[in-house]
Amino acid sequence: MWQWFHKLGSPKWFFGIAGRLMPWLGWSALIVLTAGVVWGLLFAPADYQQGDSYRIIFIHVPSAYLGQSLYVAMAVAGVVGLVWRMKMADTFIASATAVGAAMTFLALLTGAVWGKPTWGTWWVWDARLTSMLLLLFLYLGVMALRGAMEDPDVRARASAILVIVGVVNIPIIKYSVEWWNTLHQPATIKVTEAPSMPASMWVPLLICLLGFHLLVAWLILWRMRNDILLRERRARWVRDWVLAQ
Amino acid sequence: MRSEPRVPVRLQEQEGGWPRAAVETVRREWLIAFRNRQDLMNPLVFFVLIVSLFPLGVSPEPEFLRQAGPGIVWVAALLSILLSLNLLFRNDYADGHLEQWVLSPQPLALLALARVAAVWVTTVLPLVLLVPVLAVMLHLSPGTGLVLVLTLLVGTPVLVLVGAIGAALTVSLRGSGVLLVLIMTPFYVPVLIFGTGAVTAAVEGASITGHLALLGAMLSLAVVLAPLAIAGALRISVSNG
Repeated sequence: MWQWFHKLGSPKWFFGIAGRLMPWLGWSALIVLTAGVVWGLLFAPADYQQGDSYRIIFIHVPSAYLGQSLYVAMAVAGVVGLVWRMKMADTFIASATAVGAAMTFLALLTGAVWGKPTWGTWWVWDARLTSMLLLLFLYLGVMALRGAMEDPDVRARASAILVIVGVVNIPIIKYSVEWWNTLHQPATIKVTEAPSMPASMWVPLLICLLGFHLLVAWLILWRMRNDILLRERRARWVRDWVLAQ
Repeated sequence: MRSEPRVPVRLQEQEGGWPRAAVETVRREWLIAFRNRQDLMNPLVFFVLIVSLFPLGVSPEPEFLRQAGPGIVWVAALLSILLSLNLLFRNDYADGHLEQWVLSPQPLALLALARVAAVWVTTVLPLVLLVPVLAVMLHLSPGTGLVLVLTLLVGTPVLVLVGAIGAALTVSLRGSGVLLVLIMTPFYVPVLIFGTGAVTAAVEGASITGHLALLGAMLSLAVVLAPLAIAGALRISVSNG
């Protein structure tokens, strides 16, 4: 176990293992997402209240879920980076920030598209929408801080602190905004309760959720490999690898 | 860069330990503040200017001002705090004072807390004391103005403590003013919500103790945790130089 953990600190080892994992992740993401989206959009029954417009949840829910969980994952990486000074932790933060921001933006966008026919408006200042918007701002803040810093070591530790402070604040922001105003329907799928929708709807949703996870893992590994190449560009193994391509 | 007055700094002394160091930090901050009075004025003028833009830009109707006034005052206070926080560690970083802090035997988090407390008293407290005047100009009732002052007294220390983390992170970067606003504003939302929420509750005749209690909870959390984050961020920024 610990040997595996120590290996994670080696960019070269990580680059190799990520390269071997990526085709598997990429193809399975494509297959699972295609299956989930086709099932969800074409074969799942229409909602008795919302009709076909509810089908956007097959994109909306996975992206909203990943937008939130990626920030927490970044905070975990931030702790790992600060405690063990692990290079890969910062590479993960660098790569996950943009993907997380994209997922959060996608959730907001699909939410607006769904809100127009359902609520009759593109945007309401509702608690869940607002906290997602603030989450997007948190991602953009991390990106802005990273962009302003040149020294890689300082950048790594500074963004780790910012992400950790952010993750302490996320529950506070979430609950304060919820107190402030809520209109959004409660979460569709909870781990602790039976889903409030029939199996013909939540099974494709779960498949989409899995597909999004695979897609995001693939994207992040791809970005991490690029980041490693950029950071280690003076290393011998990078030169050998580039020449071999 | 403002001229730094020659103030005796005795942080390295072992006698007296950390309480002495904290007191000296506060004393130094106040001396610097009162010898650069213009720097004390700027956030205040900015605060009043922002507030006066709303009657000009939106509507001077007393009805509108009564409704929007508390929010306007809170947003203006938030912005002027962010503006003045940009300078919080700037001169100390430039003249090497921060390095002495990091090297000093006293806990850095404690020095940071003393520093933030001193800054709150010198730059934010005058702003809060100005609010009754603005409340009259915004046609708020005396009771509403009082509640507004009360929420600002509890809420603004949180803003300064949390904002200081961002100020410590960005102190070594050139032209970081916008960056600080960008990074820190999302963290200010809960304080803003409960601060203005208390005033709205007071206007509607409801109890404000719940809102104040939540603001107080945020304050206690920030007093305990923010100095640690400020200290960590300062160590990083100093190692950057």
